[in-house]
This record gives sequence, structure tokens and C-alpha cells, in this order.
Amino acid sequence: MTAAVFFGCAFIAFGPAFSLFIFTIAKDPLRVIILIAGAFFWLVSLLLSSLVWFIATKATNAQDLTLQKDLLIFGCMFSVILQEVFRFAYYRLLRKANEGLAAISEEDGPPLSVREMAYVSGLGFGIMSGAFSMINTLSDSLGPGTVGLFGDSQYYFITSGVTSIALTLLHTFWGVVFFEGCERKRWWVIAVVLCLHLMVTSLSLLNPFYVGSVPPVYAIMLLMAVWAFFSSGGSLHNITLLWTCRKSNTETSS
Amino acid sequence: MGLESSKWVIIFLVCWLYKNVSCNSVEQKIYVVLNNTVPCVRLLNATHQIGCQSSISGDTGVIHFLESEADLEWPLSKGPNPPYMVVLESSLFTRSIMMKMKNESSRVAGVAVVIPNTSPPEFSPHTTCPNENTGVYSDNYGPNLAHCNSTVWNPLGNGLSYEEFDFPVFSLNEDNETELIKQCYFDHNRAVNGSAPQYPLCAMQLFSHMHAVTNTPTCMRRNNINYSINPEMVCDPLSDNNVWGSIRPYNDTVFGHKENESVVIAAARLDSRAFFWEVSTGAEGSISGFVTLLAAAQALREVTHEAPPTRNILFAFFQGEAFDYIGSSRMVYDMEKGKFVIDLDNVHSILEIGQVAVHSGTNLFLHSDPVSRRNNTVNDEITNLVKNLQSSTAGLSFLLVEPGVSQPLPPSSLQRFLRARPIPGIVIADHKSAFNNRYYESFYDNAANLNLTYPSNLSPEEQLEFVTDTAKSLTDVATLVARALYKQAGGDESKVNTIKADPKIVTQMLYGFLVSSNNSWFQAMMSPDLQDILKPSPPQYYVGVAMSSTPTRLVQYLLANFTGAATNLTQSQCQKPDELPNESRQMYSYLWVQGIVPPNSTQRDSFCVRASVRLTRAISPAFELGEYASKDYSTWTESRWKFIKARIFLVASRDLEMLTLGVGVAVLFTFLLLTYFVSSKADVLFSSAREPASAAY
Repeated sequence: MTAAVFFGCAFIAFGPAFSLFIFTIAKDPLRVIILIAGAFFWLVSLLLSSLVWFIATKATNAQDLTLQKDLLIFGCMFSVILQEVFRFAYYRLLRKANEGLAAISEEDGPPLSVREMAYVSGLGFGIMSGAFSMINTLSDSLGPGTVGLFGDSQYYFITSGVTSIALTLLHTFWGVVFFEGCERKRWWVIAVVLCLHLMVTSLSLLNPFYVGSVPPVYAIMLLMAVWAFFSSGGSLHNITLLWTCRKSNTETSS
Repeated sequence: MGLESSKWVIIFLVCWLYKNVSCNSVEQKIYVVLNNTVPCVRLLNATHQIGCQSSISGDTGVIHFLESEADLEWPLSKGPNPPYMVVLESSLFTRSIMMKMKNESSRVAGVAVVIPNTSPPEFSPHTTCPNENTGVYSDNYGPNLAHCNSTVWNPLGNGLSYEEFDFPVFSLNEDNETELIKQCYFDHNRAVNGSAPQYPLCAMQLFSHMHAVTNTPTCMRRNNINYSINPEMVCDPLSDNNVWGSIRPYNDTVFGHKENESVVIAAARLDSRAFFWEVSTGAEGSISGFVTLLAAAQALREVTHEAPPTRNILFAFFQGEAFDYIGSSRMVYDMEKGKFVIDLDNVHSILEIGQVAVHSGTNLFLHSDPVSRRNNTVNDEITNLVKNLQSSTAGLSFLLVEPGVSQPLPPSSLQRFLRARPIPGIVIADHKSAFNNRYYESFYDNAANLNLTYPSNLSPEEQLEFVTDTAKSLTDVATLVARALYKQAGGDESKVNTIKADPKIVTQMLYGFLVSSNNSWFQAMMSPDLQDILKPSPPQYYVGVAMSSTPTRLVQYLLANFTGAATNLTQSQCQKPDELPNESRQMYSYLWVQGIVPPNSTQRDSFCVRASVRLTRAISPAFELGEYASKDYSTWTESRWKFIKARIFLVASRDLEMLTLGVGVAVLFTFLLLTYFVSSKADVLFSSAREPASAAY
């Protein structure tokens, strides 16, 4: 649609990821490494699941559209399951690596806590997932035309960007919750994360009915935000502490 | 299966998958690419550039279907969403509308013209006085006849082909794509009750960026700048090959004047042009002329073998005549410089066949140059030629008349010969003064203009054989031309009445040149290597910048088949005939033709044709001499371009775009602030973040 839409959608989609990266990841090189490795794990899971989908589509009749749609749904679900499997695999890898890192670090103990690793790996998954879903759309938004000649809504680009924010943040929160569940051996947490991920993916299949897909995804995201906050050591008491701390700061300074 | 082989399996799998992946991307939701469009391209000559230009990243405009000339004020002044892409019906493709859009070109992004299947009553985008500066008439030679002061040859010409437009002009056919554009326009762009149409609007983008600018000397200079190993060429001279053949062969390596050799030249032009690039048929303008000459050459074959005439007859087909006589000026130049097999002193007289789409009952006119006729010798020769012509019309359905007034020659290759020498010559045409052709040098000069109609229930093979009325009348003209040439060359008078052109050959040629070139007769006449130039549609007659276009090749092989002889040589002998004692490549050219399929077999009866038919280069002498600003020779060049494309899509309003950008910036700043805040208070918020060190292992 032009440079304005390109930059607008790029800022919408990658704004949160960018700010999280700048303020929490960029200063610590170890976090950067874990972020990139997490993104790579997500990418490998997507590659394998798309290979499966691709073989399935090529092996069947390309003209049968309902069959292709069903294969697409199957492909999406399989991809979700594979992503969660890879998240678990990454968890195991990080736990193993943590022992080695602790041995060579100068400090007493592991340089990164499991909570930090959970957050960083979730963010890695999220950034790569958001980038993957958005880059193709962004490159086409640079041209002079907008979506709509075949009846699609012209808010396509904005909705893509907004969905991309939700996806990035959701992966981050899932990462936190998932690792915490693995630590505490609460396997039902993993099942819940998997189900929520499947639900979000199936909601995206409702597109272009944007009213039906975007608000529920945001609702799930808020729910996950709260859960991740509590599972990573936050509590209401901390929030009130923060609030009074600020108040007392402002009182003492003024 | 070891590790090594499984690695190769994976590599093979990945490569196979890569090849088979197809992209179903967002781009297909947005754009519809228009495939059947023809652009107008930029041509340059010594002083000007003509044609159309788009910007390098394409020109985008909101589509507007023009309803009448008064409706032009919507795109030019009233419309609220400039720039506009104006879509015209062909009846509105007139000079006044195009000039108005040219003057207001800031609001016009481009023009698309819908070409219908039926022709309008008249349309000629050429100038009123074709080739007026490179003919024979000038301020020194017949000044009252120069620049069409006495006769305007093409009064219907509106000169659009020679205007310069700085927006792209494309042509669309009336098919599904145009229906899609109309649907898109009616859904989105119609103004309801006088109010402005709402966004999103339907828009079109045209890419036809031309690299050459200003004029030929500039672009030829830029061609020669050597910045890198591959210099970027910006333009090419218009060029092709002339075809010539003779009754008695000439040694192709001996150039210059031939002693005691007197030649009668029979000439016709091969090419034509139109406003849009490369789509040109020239049915009445050039095809009628060269088909007649080919049929006359075929009619003369028998009698010239039995009773050869005293003088030689040279059949010349010139390419590039629409662009200031490229082919004929080159041949005259070669003759003057002694680079052709004969010399201008060897030329006895010239008979040229112009536009001869005669209908039964009408007359043909014999045009001659009044200035050269002031010389008595030349006048006597011309009178003699006229007498030979008029005495050859016995039994034919028309008369030959000389236009009585002192009128100049129409635009013809003879004018270039007269520039060099006062050679006696006649141009045969179907018009007394102004052209009868209402579609001169336009894309409507097609089979319908010649009334070439076939009964509706015939298959293509039957249509090929069906003798139309047009073919019958052109056959009569060919018979006349053949007889007159034989008499003019001093042939035996008693044999003249045996010369008859074959109507079947004429009708097959008309079918092949005007309806479909991929027919069985052309396939039999052509070489097996050149079969892919034959297509189900008629060939295009624009001279172009390539070496030998389809019409040149077709005429070369037809002339060889008509005037040459079939030999017993095998295919390898045909390629190297000099090894045989009686064959010589210097005297003849040897062409391997495919031949017909005999009724009881599937193999073609191919054979080697030996004919005295040659191709000579038809590029303007200005490029040989390096005089790119020449006033004497044609200096036409065609610009180069990277790609030419057209597509349609919807455009959104500027407000929505700015809203998206604003929302994006707001989201970015909000999250930056939020994250900074949360991360700076992280130790307060996530109080039990530091877990005991022993839990890890």
C-alpha cells in the first residue's frame, strides 16, 4: 500500500518485540544467545511440520479444494503440536546446558535462572513466529495496491499486525508457564498450554472474519499474561508495593 | 544405506521440493496482472522523440472510463482523486482528446485504449504527408510539389503516431480482462449522485519505461559509453533485411557496375506500422503490393526460361519504408558506393507496386514524377513503359489511367532512386490523388479492409484453398504487372499472352499473410528450422530491430520457391553446394525447404531449392556513416526497455494509510515506555525471582 502502511504495520507487529529486546535482552550476551537459539528451534519445528503438510498436499489431488482446506487444518494442528514438542526439547536442552554454564561461570551458581531462560526462550519463539507470519505481508504492503479486489477487507494489513503482536506475546507467556510447569513436574500445565495454542490457531482459521478471531485471541493473551505474571513470582502484594513505593517516592521527593 | 547416501537423498529431496514449490501469497489477493496488452514505445530520429514514456516505477492512476469528450473534465479538472488512468473506447481515441490529455498530463497517469473487433469508419494515426522530408521533392526539386503542397496523400491522418506523450498508452483487447476492469470500475469508481466515489478505488498501474531520450544522436552517443564490460545500450536502429531476386543470377561477390547490363527493377514495400508497438498488418498499405509482385514473379518463371528477355528483371522487396525509406535508401546507397551487384547506371527503369487493393470495375492509376519527365529521354521512356502497361490489360477487369494533372509521386521507394538519378519509373496504385485507404498505417488495416471474407462453414485448410474475390482482383493486377515487365525487359511479344498469374497462389498467400501464417502451404515452402516463426495468427509487419523478421523470411522463401528451381541435392549437399561441379553458392542461394506431405506417407518430401534470391542488409546509411543527425537518410531508432507490464488493484485512501502509520508509532512508543517501566521495577514485581542455587542440579 505504500511506505506509510509498511512502516505502520512493521511498528505495530514488531514494536513490542523490539522494546522487549532492547530493554531486557540486549544487555546480556547469554540471553541473546538463548533468544536466537530459541528462534532457531521454532524455525526447525515449522520446517518439519511444513514438510509434512507439503508432502501431503503434493500426494493428493490439488484440484479438490475441500480436501486441501482439510489438509491445511491438519497441517496447522500438527505444526502446533510439533512446536510444543520443540519447546519441551528446548527446555531439556537448556537444563542440560545450565549445568555446564554453571561449571564455567565465575559466579557461584548458574548465570541464568530457569525463569529467565523461560522468558527468553518464549520471546525467541514469539519473535520468530511473528516475523514469519508478518514478513510476507509486509513486503506486499510496499506496493501501491491494497487488499480488496477479490472482496477481502481492506483492514487486512492492520489486522495482520495486531495478530502478530498477540502471537509474539502469547509465545512469551507460554514459554514462561511451560518451563515453570516442567520444573514443578505439573504436566497438566503443558496440556493446557497445548490446548490454548490449538485454540488460538483454530481461531485464526476463522479469518477473514476478523471480529471473530482478534478479540478472543486478545482475551486469551490477557489471561496468559496474568498467569505468567503469577507463575514467575509476581503477586498482588508486589503490585501494591510498587504502587506505594512510587507514591512514597513522589512524596519524599516533593 | 550409509550416512553418505542418506545425505544425498536429503539433498535430492530438498532440491525437488524447491523446484515444485508455488507461492500463494498476499500479492495474488491484491494485484491482477493484465496479459493481453500492447504498449506504445518510444522511437527517436535525428531531432525528436515520439511515442510514450512511463516513470521507472510505473504510473498508477484511478481508473476512469471516458464516456464522451465532455466527460474529459472529470479527469482533467473536476475529479477529486487525481491522477487518473483514462480508459477510452476506440471511437474516442482521437487527436483532440489525446492532445487535451497531453496538455494536462499532471492529472493523467496514463491511457488505455480498448480495441474493438470491428473497425471504426476511418482512422489513421500517421501524418497527412508521409515521409515528406526524405522523398525526392524538396525546395530544390519540384518545390511546389514538396510537403504535399499540391496533393495531400493521407488526408485522414491525425498524426498521433508522431506525437510525444509523457504518460504510457496501452491497448487492451475486448476480452475477459477488460470485463474485469469494467466490473472493478462499476463496483468502486462510479460517482453516485454527483458525490465523490468512496475509497477504496480501482486503479491501474502501467510500466513502460523507455531508456532512450531526446533524439538519435544522444542515444547513440550513450550507447557508446563504456563504463563496464557490458555497456548498457539504450536504443537500437530500426533495421531488417531487403529481399531481392532476379531472372538471371548475379555473382554475389562481384559488386559495382556491370558492362552492357540493363535491368528493370520491380519494387514493392514489405513493412507497415501502427500507433502501438509491433501490431501492424498493412493489408492495403503493403501486403496488396508485395503479394501482387510475388505472384507476378511466379507468373514470369515459365516464360523467362523458354524465351529469356534481353534485359534482366530484378524483384526488390524493401523493408522499413514506413520510417523514411530505410530499405530503399540503403539499396540506392549501396548502388552508389559500388557495394551492390549492379550500379545505378545499370538500371533501365523501375516499376513499383503501391497500394493496389482494387475492386472490380475500378481503375488503377500510373503515377510518375513530373519533374524528371521534363527531360525528353526520361519522358519517352516513361511513355513507353505506360504503353507497355496499358497494352497488357487485355481481358482484365480494369483500366490503367494516368492521373492527368501534374501531380507528384506518392510516397514510394521510387522517390529514393530519383534522388540519385533521373530514372524512368512508374508507381501503380489504386488512388488517383489522396489514398483510398482509410486506415493507412493503423492497426485496422487488416483483412477486413481488403474485404477478405470466407464462407462461414469452411475449415482452415479449405479457407486456405478458397479463391476469394480479393484474390481474383489481385491476380489480375499480377498478370498485368508480369506482362508489362516482360515487355519492358524486351521479351518476345508473341509469348506475352501466355503469362497468367495463378489465383490459387494469390489466395493462399493472402490467407497466410492476413489470417494465419501457420498453414500447410507456408509450412511446405519454409525450411524445417524456421517452422517456429509460423503462428496461428497473421505475422506482424513492423520493421523492428531484429535481423530478419517473419515477413522477410516468408518473402525470401516464397520468392525462392517461385523463381528458383528444385534440385536433386541432398540436405548436406544443399548446405555445401560448392563441392559439386555445376553448383555455385556465389551465383545462387540454396535453401532446404520442407515440402508437402504426400498422400500416402507421413514423411515430408523435402528438397533443395536453388534460386537467385538474396537478402541484403536494410539499415539506414546514416548509421553506416555515423551521421546520426542526417537530414538525407532515415535516422529512426527504437528505445530499449527492461519490462512492460500492466496490472490493476484497489488503492486505499491517504487517511487510512496515515492512520496505520500513526497507530504503529503509538504502539511502538507505548510498548517502549511500558517495557522500560516494567523492567526497571522488575525486582520489585517479581520478588521471588532468585531461586535457591541448589535446585538446578
